[in-house]
Amino acid sequence: MSGPTRRVALKVVGATLGAGAFAYAGRPVAQWAASVDIDDLLRRHYKELTADELAQILRRIEDETQKKYGVEVRVEDIPAQDGVSFGYALNLSLCIGCRKCAEACHHENNHDRPTNNSYIRVLEMQQGSFDMEHGTVDYDHAVPAPGKYYMPVQCHQCDNAPCVKVCPVEATWKEKDGIVVVDYSWCIGCRYCEAACPYHARRFNWRAPEIPADEINPDQGYLSNRIRPQGVVEKCTFCLHRTRKGLLPACLEACPTGARVFGNLLDPASSIRYVLEHKRVYVLKEELGTRPRFFYFFDK
Amino acid sequence: MADPVDTVAPPAPPSLAPGLTYLRFLSAALRRSFSGSWRFYAWMTVLTAIALVGLNGWGHQLQQGMQVTRMSDHVSWGLYIANFTFGVGLAAGAVMMVIPAYLYDDHDMHDVVIIGELLAIAAIAVCIGFIVADMGRPDRMWHILPGIGRFHWPVSMLTWDVLALNGYLLINLHIAGYLMYQRYRGKAPRKRWYLPFVFLSIGWAISIHTVTAFLYQGLGGRPFWNSALLAPRFLATAFISGPAFVIVLLHVVRWSGRLTFGDGPIRTLTSIMRVTVLLNLFMLMSELFTALYTGGAHAAAVKYLFFGSHGKHALVPYIWTAVTLNVTSAVLLFLPRTRVDRRWLLAACACAFVGVYIEKGMGLIIPGFVPSTLHEVVEYTPSITEWKVTAGVWALGLLILTVALKVGLAMWTGKVRAADAPPMVDGAP
Ligand code: SF4
Ligand code: SF4
Repeated sequence: MSGPTRRVALKVVGATLGAGAFAYAGRPVAQWAASVDIDDLLRRHYKELTADELAQILRRIEDETQKKYGVEVRVEDIPAQDGVSFGYALNLSLCIGCRKCAEACHHENNHDRPTNNSYIRVLEMQQGSFDMEHGTVDYDHAVPAPGKYYMPVQCHQCDNAPCVKVCPVEATWKEKDGIVVVDYSWCIGCRYCEAACPYHARRFNWRAPEIPADEINPDQGYLSNRIRPQGVVEKCTFCLHRTRKGLLPACLEACPTGARVFGNLLDPASSIRYVLEHKRVYVLKEELGTRPRFFYFFDK
Repeated sequence: MADPVDTVAPPAPPSLAPGLTYLRFLSAALRRSFSGSWRFYAWMTVLTAIALVGLNGWGHQLQQGMQVTRMSDHVSWGLYIANFTFGVGLAAGAVMMVIPAYLYDDHDMHDVVIIGELLAIAAIAVCIGFIVADMGRPDRMWHILPGIGRFHWPVSMLTWDVLALNGYLLINLHIAGYLMYQRYRGKAPRKRWYLPFVFLSIGWAISIHTVTAFLYQGLGGRPFWNSALLAPRFLATAFISGPAFVIVLLHVVRWSGRLTFGDGPIRTLTSIMRVTVLLNLFMLMSELFTALYTGGAHAAAVKYLFFGSHGKHALVPYIWTAVTLNVTSAVLLFLPRTRVDRRWLLAACACAFVGVYIEKGMGLIIPGFVPSTLHEVVEYTPSITEWKVTAGVWALGLLILTVALKVGLAMWTGKVRAADAPPMVDGAP
C-alpha cells in the first residue's frame, strides 16, 4: 500500500473505532436522557402553579405510581391551616428506646424497604451525659438497658432552619404552620441541605425507593409521604398528610409509653402547651440558633 | 517550532467585515485544534478515552442513582465535591500570574500571562463538571438559572458560587478571546477592551475561592468547617496549587517550543510558593492547636482525621501523606539546589500540588461529615464509579487546556494570523 492510501485507511479505521467508542460510552447517558419525563422536566415551582396545573400534576403522580409500583394511590395537596402552628415534645423519662416510632415512620412515609430507612434515629445515651459522642444508634439488646436513657431525633422543624437557607433553588421551605417541606419535584439533589442540617434529619434517595405493592401506604401527601423519586432529598414533615387533617403523627400513635406529645402551639388548651408551660423543656444544640419546634423534657 | 504557519485561503480582500473576520478567526482556531503531530493525537486520544470512561460511569450513575457511589446520608458529599473544591483553588490560583503581570508590571510575566487565563478557563470547566456529577437530578439544572428557575439569592451561598464561577469563566473567556483575536488580526489590543476586565478578574478570582469557602464555613452544624480560618486557608492553598501547576506547565510549553520566554515568571511563581507553603503550614498548625488543646466537638473530627477514632482510620493515610508532601515541598523550595536545578523545582511543585489536592479534597470535605451531626462515625472511601467519573472530568479539563494552549499560543505568537494582518514586529503586533 502506498503512503497516502495507508494514511487514509488508518484514518477511516480510527474514525470508525472512535465513533464506536463514543456510541458505546455515551449509551447510558442517552438512555437516561430518553427516560426523562418532559412534563416533569418543564413544570414550574410548586408556589407558581395554578390550581389546575397542580391537580394535573397530582393525577400524573398517581398514574406513575400505578405504573411503577402497581398500586392505586391517592396523592393530595393539603394546605396548612390558619391559626395552627405545630410543636412536638418528647418525654425522655418515658422513652424506653424501643424504636416503634422509627418503624411506624418507615411504613407511614413509604420509605425504601431494603435500607430500612426512617426519619427517626433513636440514640442510646449514657446516664449523666448529654454528649452524643457517648451515645449510639446501633444498640442491639433488650431495652431499656441499665445506665442508659434514650433520645429519638427527627427533624426539629427549625424556625431558623439552616437547610432552608442553603437550598439554591428554594426546593425546601417553611410552611405557615411551621413545617419545613421539600418539593421532591423541584429538588436538584445537591444535598447542600443535608450538609447544613445539624440534626441528621435529611435523607437522600440514593436510588428509587423499593416497596412491595401491598406495603405501600396509599394515602399520600404531595409534600409529605408520596413515594419519592430517585435523586432527591426527603425529610420528616410531622406527617402533614395526617396532622393537617386533625390526626396525630404516626410516630406518636405507635409509641407504647406515651412519651410523645404533639399539638397546636397556638391553642392554649393543647397538651403541647401544657408541657411547654409546666415542664422543664430544652432543645437540642440550642447554641446553634436554629430555634427548633421539637422539645425534650424529663418528668422526674 | 514544528507547525507551519496556517494561511487563510483564499487570500482575503484588504478590509473584511468584522463579523466575517471573526468567523474566520473561529474556523482557524477550530482547524488548529484538530491538526498536530502524532504526539498531539496520541495525547488527545488517551484523554478522550479517559473522558469516555468517565462519561460511561456517569451514565450508570444517572440510571441507577447515586447508590453507585459510596456516599451515604452520613457522608453526603465525597470525592466529587472534594475535587470541585480543589478545582476552584486551581482556577483562583492562576491569578498569581495576572497580579504580577498587570499590577506590578512584570514584563516577563506579561509574555506568558495568557497561559494563566487559559488555565483558569479549563479549571472552571472542571469545577462545573464536578458539580454536575454530584447532582442527583442534573435534568433539573435549569432550576438554578437566575431569572429562569428559582434562584435563592442572596440567601444561599451556592447561588453566590454559581455567579462567581460562571462570572469568572466569562471574564476569562473574554480576556483570552479578545487578546487572541487582536493578535490574529495583527492589531494592538485596546486597553479599555480588556484592562478593566483584567482588574475585575483579580478581585473575582479571590471571590470565587472565598465564596466556595463560605459554602462550608457558614454551616454551624459542622464544627470542622465552621472556622473563620477556612477562607484564608483556601486562598493560601489556591496560591500553592495554582503556581505549582503553572510552573510545570511553563516547562512543558517551553519544551514544546511553542513559546520562548525568560526565567522570570518561573522565579516569581517560585517566590510566591515559598511564602504560601509556609503560610498554609502555619495556619494548619494553628487549627490543630485550637482543636486539640481545647478538645470538644471541633477536636472530634480532627482526631478522626489525623489519628482515627472508634477504631476507624480511613482518612489517616490520606492526611499524613498530604502533610508529608506539604512539608517536603516547603523544604525543597528553600533548598539552594532548587534554585539551580529544574528537576528539584519540578519535584517540589509536584509534591505541593498533590499535597494540596489531598489535604483540600479528601482531607477537608470528608472530616466535615465524620463524626456526623449525631456523632456517628461512618466512614467513606470512593467507589470505582466515583474514580471513573473523577478521572473523566479531569481528562476533559486537560483536553480543554491542551486545545486552548495549542490554539492560544499559535495566535499569541502570530503563527495563525488573518491574511490581511500586518506582519509581526519583534514578537508583537
Ligand atoms: S432539623 Fe434539619 S431538616 Fe429539620 S428544619 Fe432543622 S435544619 Fe432543617
Ligand atoms: S438537595 Fe434539594 S432541597 Fe436540598 S439544598 Fe439541594 S436542591 Fe435544595
